[in-house]
Amino acid sequence: MKEDIQSFTISIYTENNIGLLNRISAIFQRRHINIESLTTSQSEIDGVNRFVIVVDMTETNASKIVKQIEKQVETIRAYYHTEDETIFTESCMFKIKSDLLFNEPQIQNIIKESNTTIVTVNKEFFVLEKSGRRNEIESLRRDLNAFGIMQFVRSGRIAVTKDQMKITELLTASK
Amino acid sequence: MKTQTINNKKEVAEKTQRITGSEAIVRSLMAEGVDILYGYPGGAIMPVYDELYKFQDRIHHVLTRHEQGAAHAAQGYARISGKVGVAMATSGPGATNLITGIADAQIDSTPIVCITGQVFSHLLGSDAFQETDIVGISTPVTKWNCQVTKAEDIPEAIAKAFYIAKSGRPGPVLVDITKDAQVSELDFKYEKCTGIRSYKPIPKTSQESVNAAAELINNAKKPMIVWGQGVVLGKAEAELKAVIEKAGIPAAWTILGASALPTSHPLNIGMVGMHGNYAPNKLTNECDVLIAIGMRFDDRVTGSLDTYAKQAKIIHFDIDPAEINKNVQADVAVLGNSKESLAMLLDALNKNAHEAWLQEFKDLYAIEFEKVIKGDLHPTKEGLTMGEVLKQINVESKGNAAIVSDVGQHQMIACRYADFNVSKSNITSGGLGTMGFALPAAIGAKMAAPDREVVAIIGDGGFQMNIQELGTIFQQKTAVKIVVLNNEFLGMVRQWQQLFFDKRYASTEMTNPNFIAIAEGYYIKAKKVTKREELAEAVKEMMESKESYFLEVCVEKEDNVFPMIPSGASVSDVRLS
Repeated sequence: MKEDIQSFTISIYTENNIGLLNRISAIFQRRHINIESLTTSQSEIDGVNRFVIVVDMTETNASKIVKQIEKQVETIRAYYHTEDETIFTESCMFKIKSDLLFNEPQIQNIIKESNTTIVTVNKEFFVLEKSGRRNEIESLRRDLNAFGIMQFVRSGRIAVTKDQMKITELLTASK
Repeated sequence: MKTQTINNKKEVAEKTQRITGSEAIVRSLMAEGVDILYGYPGGAIMPVYDELYKFQDRIHHVLTRHEQGAAHAAQGYARISGKVGVAMATSGPGATNLITGIADAQIDSTPIVCITGQVFSHLLGSDAFQETDIVGISTPVTKWNCQVTKAEDIPEAIAKAFYIAKSGRPGPVLVDITKDAQVSELDFKYEKCTGIRSYKPIPKTSQESVNAAAELINNAKKPMIVWGQGVVLGKAEAELKAVIEKAGIPAAWTILGASALPTSHPLNIGMVGMHGNYAPNKLTNECDVLIAIGMRFDDRVTGSLDTYAKQAKIIHFDIDPAEINKNVQADVAVLGNSKESLAMLLDALNKNAHEAWLQEFKDLYAIEFEKVIKGDLHPTKEGLTMGEVLKQINVESKGNAAIVSDVGQHQMIACRYADFNVSKSNITSGGLGTMGFALPAAIGAKMAAPDREVVAIIGDGGFQMNIQELGTIFQQKTAVKIVVLNNEFLGMVRQWQQLFFDKRYASTEMTNPNFIAIAEGYYIKAKKVTKREELAEAVKEMMESKESYFLEVCVEKEDNVFPMIPSGASVSDVRLS
């Protein structure tokens, strides 16, 4: 029976170490798995990092990958979740010629309707920022693309889970 | 040759504990109980060698002839002793030459610590002379690695390295130390590492899982055990034997599990896998409960997974949660250290016997004996077989030698036919299949267990991959026995070419040098055997030699190893010819 491929959000709590990013990404690379996005930041616990990695794969493989990640000495805990089990967002920025803001009234409507924030405006360019789901960002990019975008950048997904993570308990228990 | 230690400096250091990073490295190694290490000096590790010179009465550095040899020697040391093996190399090519040994140790779960020198930290990333990103390169093949750029971080890094290498499922660790960290000073204090908060080396064994396993086993009509190296690493040989005997279960082994139970044990039914025994392979697909203990269902063991033991309930004992359901779905998973989990299982098992089931193994063995073993061990043809050489070694060793085999046909023959009475006696490159492993690994094994007979069984191909280590054997006066089974071919590849590539022997025929002259060039006693009537006497002479001895046996050129499960076929399709 062929298993469905779906999008999984892998959350990893780790010690903050040089080289760990390489170690974790190598686990995917070795298995020829493409990482859709990867974000790493401070977690809710001081000194503990959190990776959020998005991959498209079968649940069986997600479970195997998470075990391989957990096996790493500096991984505190790793989980995988489906989209339904997480609350997630991405953010993006656009740099656009300032003339367009005044010459193309349509742009102002797009900004207003999409709840996009204007970060800065100067004589040459203005910068927009928006957080949201991928489809919202993509639709905004398509809309703005009609007028010309000087630069566009989108972040990886960040996500929190509906379930508790219990990392603090885990760390306290191991002391 | 002992040199006077520089006592003044030592005393001062002990009083103030203000020492250089390189001295801290040597002192840390000694604090971990290291008395032998293998390595090769070079620019970026020279300060450490300078300290090794001073401490040479307490820690013996073995100069191998290539860093790969150092890594394999450390592996051989670890495999026979259960202790951590240590290898040392300089930066750049010295470090990269360790990689094959590190990868081998990773896939075979061997505890080794590799210390590499690195360029000055201010030169990192500048493409300095002999700079390589060894931490980056070794990441996928180490259990853990780190780079140290400050002298004060050295003791903790080495303490962690040893703890990680030997705890839980063992593995290789690499510590890369920049030259400035080696030459600057620190206040030295060594504390052994006893735990790391993010690392749980041994998962707890749950009583429920043991009970579930015991219930399946107690109700089984045709149970079969396949054990692997996890039994050896967990020092659970006695527990395994007790489980097998109490429940009367026929038990087979993977290549790295060999020797955990004596070969002669009545319930030892032989090796599983591509060139394993006929009965355990065939009956893997007949058993009703398959109990896997400390093994990882490698593809060389399982053949096609789609047809592997589908009729059986699978019980999987392992220390590594990542192995559960990795290749074969387990009905019951028992996590934990094999010594503990098998002891718990023993308590929950009913006394039992499975005579009729055991007879099925014996019947298939009789077929294998008739079609394969007889011809291997008691050949009637003119050419010598690899099997009869092993048989002769058994006669002399009485099953008490440690057999260090390389990779290929001779390895399969060695594992199939060597008698083992003692655990940790089958030292071979299992997972990675590293040709060139045996000669240096035998050096490490002999040094770790000088009272044991260590016999390296090597093919003419693999021998030439690390042949330079004859120099180490000569210099160190290591009394290893070296047997080269020379068929003038890369025999296993040739066998595949014969069976699957219509005998197109592409680049497998070897025109070999005069091996005897080479061995004698290193002042190692050497003998060549080409006729059957010379064999017994030559093996006897070799085994009785107090010094290293080189024996070349010219065997039949185109013999094949059977049984064989063709790549991708089912275990039950194991072929006898």
